[in-house]
Amino acid sequence: MFEIIEKRQLSHTVALFRIKAPMIAQKRKAGQFIIIRVNEHGERIPLTIVDSDNKEGTITIISQEVGKTTSLLGDLEKGDSIMDVVGPLGRPTHIENFGTAVCVGGGIGAAPVYPIAKALKTAGNKVISIIGARTKELLILENEMKNTSDELYVTTDDGSYGHHGFVTQILQKFIDEKRRLDLVVGIGPVPMMKAVCNVTRPHKIHTVVSLNSIMVDGTGMCGACRVTIGGKNQFVCVDGPEFDGHEVDFDELIRRNRGYLKEEKMAMEELTYHEGARCYERGAS
Amino acid sequence: MDPKEIKERMKIPKQAMPEQDPKERVRNFYEVPYGYTAELAMEEAKRCIQCKNPLCVGGCPVNIDIPWFIRLIAEGKFVEAARKIKETNGLPAVCGRVCPQEDQCEKVCVVGKKGQPVSIGRLERFAADYEREHGEVAIPDIPKWTGKKVAIVGAGPAGLTVAGDLVKKGHKVTVFEALHVAGGVLMYGIPEFRLPKKIVEAEVEYLKKMGVEIVCNAVIGKLETVDELLSNGYNAVFIGTGAGLPVFMNIPGENLIGVYSANEYLTRLNLMRAYQFPEFDTPILRGKRVVVIGGGNTAMDAARTALRLCPEEVTIVYRRSREEMPARIEETHHGEEEGLKFLLLTNPTRFIGDEEGRLKKIECIKMELGEPDESGRRRPVPVKGSEFQIDVDIAVVAIGNGANPLIPQTTPDIKVNKWGNITVNQDTGRTSKKGVFSGGDIVRGGATVILAMGDGRRAANSIHEYLATGVW
Repeated sequence: MFEIIEKRQLSHTVALFRIKAPMIAQKRKAGQFIIIRVNEHGERIPLTIVDSDNKEGTITIISQEVGKTTSLLGDLEKGDSIMDVVGPLGRPTHIENFGTAVCVGGGIGAAPVYPIAKALKTAGNKVISIIGARTKELLILENEMKNTSDELYVTTDDGSYGHHGFVTQILQKFIDEKRRLDLVVGIGPVPMMKAVCNVTRPHKIHTVVSLNSIMVDGTGMCGACRVTIGGKNQFVCVDGPEFDGHEVDFDELIRRNRGYLKEEKMAMEELTYHEGARCYERGAS
Repeated sequence: MDPKEIKERMKIPKQAMPEQDPKERVRNFYEVPYGYTAELAMEEAKRCIQCKNPLCVGGCPVNIDIPWFIRLIAEGKFVEAARKIKETNGLPAVCGRVCPQEDQCEKVCVVGKKGQPVSIGRLERFAADYEREHGEVAIPDIPKWTGKKVAIVGAGPAGLTVAGDLVKKGHKVTVFEALHVAGGVLMYGIPEFRLPKKIVEAEVEYLKKMGVEIVCNAVIGKLETVDELLSNGYNAVFIGTGAGLPVFMNIPGENLIGVYSANEYLTRLNLMRAYQFPEFDTPILRGKRVVVIGGGNTAMDAARTALRLCPEEVTIVYRRSREEMPARIEETHHGEEEGLKFLLLTNPTRFIGDEEGRLKKIECIKMELGEPDESGRRRPVPVKGSEFQIDVDIAVVAIGNGANPLIPQTTPDIKVNKWGNITVNQDTGRTSKKGVFSGGDIVRGGATVILAMGDGRRAANSIHEYLATGVW
């Protein structure tokens, strides 16, 4: 069991958890993730390690409630425990002094971008960050990103905060201004990562993306997370999660990620039904 | 035993094991055979003629004293029989169920020369089940700690055998397991209806009671490397990480939704209990027509599991003929009784999907058998122009597994062969790295539970010797 030391609500549906996991805290590097199982009947889901504290022996994760498991996780409070936490998994981000690095985080994607931006900054890069969300309410890690970046740009799709529009528009503006960009790291929903790669591809700017495919074990034994990279099959959990964005078959990834939509909806409906019943009981007593 | 009694015993017919009716069992995940009753077990045990030089013992990879435990069963001393087995085999309830006895102990049984061999596996299973169900599992005396610590990587059959053997010799043992439960293939691979998970859990519990420490959620190579284990106080390391790397066919359309590796399909169903979705959270795709590609035990397990999800049809597609199928005959037979279809001498050439990327058809080609290959089996050759398509919703690729690369990648001074299998001295299980031993599927490639356990037994003896002498 892995105890939750701190929980902080970042928005209505997004929460940050600091979890006691000293061994993982000691080993993890930027770009790596964990697999968790919330309870005995639970499924295994991957989550990026956002930060760690070696002295306290904690790791930080950020989770957005998008279905049953993330809702169950969202119900947990400080002092509760997560049944299983395994990691650090995946290859760490390749970090060196590239020069100028642009870190683009879309929505919850700011969570995986943050540790990479931090590591790039520590390695001596000039770090320019662009984070965006659908609306102001959903924007996360603005202060953290500001503290680890030389420049920070914020966008919202609805214009409720920062630049009105998409993260890719800011990136396109840099390119149009002929700013020197040595590396782009783009993480977020798959269509956003695809869009970032479409912006950088014509200019041959090295672009790294972190893929979020369906996973089961996360250790390379099943191939649920397989993606086509440069025409070859790769496993996101052991060969990735980061890949050269210009080589990724994003359309295939989008299709594969929709494989269980029906089942995911069914699981969520069941949970809502039971939670409704629970609320009713509480109200009655 | 006098010749007259031998003659009498040879007359007793082999006792059948009662099992669930095929029509019934294909709708549930309960175990297919019910196991012997005490009466049936005693009757079957009487068929053993108590050879002076029993060949069966040599046929068993962990050399169980078979005539002795069978004699105890014949005398009605069931608990004593279980304890006799446990002197040499830590997982008898598992082995009695999943060992291919027809190729091992029962193959060389003298009674089998003229008639049916003694059902050694069923008797082993009976004794172990009896002891467990009657709450009389005894923990052997553990000697005083030798001061030595051993780390075991992987809690599959090989690792668990090493753990049990070494703890009985007085060493401290820690098993590191990447998944959230111990058991390896016994938990994620072999289905519930062949090996109930509560039996694996009970046998793991028995090891824990003997003092074996098991750390789950620990991926060695990521959390700690083998070198770190050695420098953090472990005197020796055993690597039993298995052959968990799924092999795909590398044909077009393999990433369509509905195409699973057997590992993924079985892990979702057995380990995560996706057949109980949504009571359990892990989903599994269901379809009307399921195709399983391959002819081994894994293919048979996947196909028989698929049948229990109530599709219209489950078909095994295999590129050779029935005779070459590596699956156990008993399991193929069980599958057939349950309605499994076979499309033999056929090989898929591509998967075809719809606009959503979901699997709809498989294109196959007919094969014919040519000259024998290195394995001695006749090599399948495609028949030109014989392509045809079949409708399918779910395909499970069960054409084999490769070696898990994580340990060799993070411990480069451990020698591996061209397939990534760890190279060891066959008698001692020693790798090229001092203090590191290995065995089971990571050495052999995909093999059997009992061979992995035999490797574990040999490695444990040689680890014990190394810890005592320090000589490498």
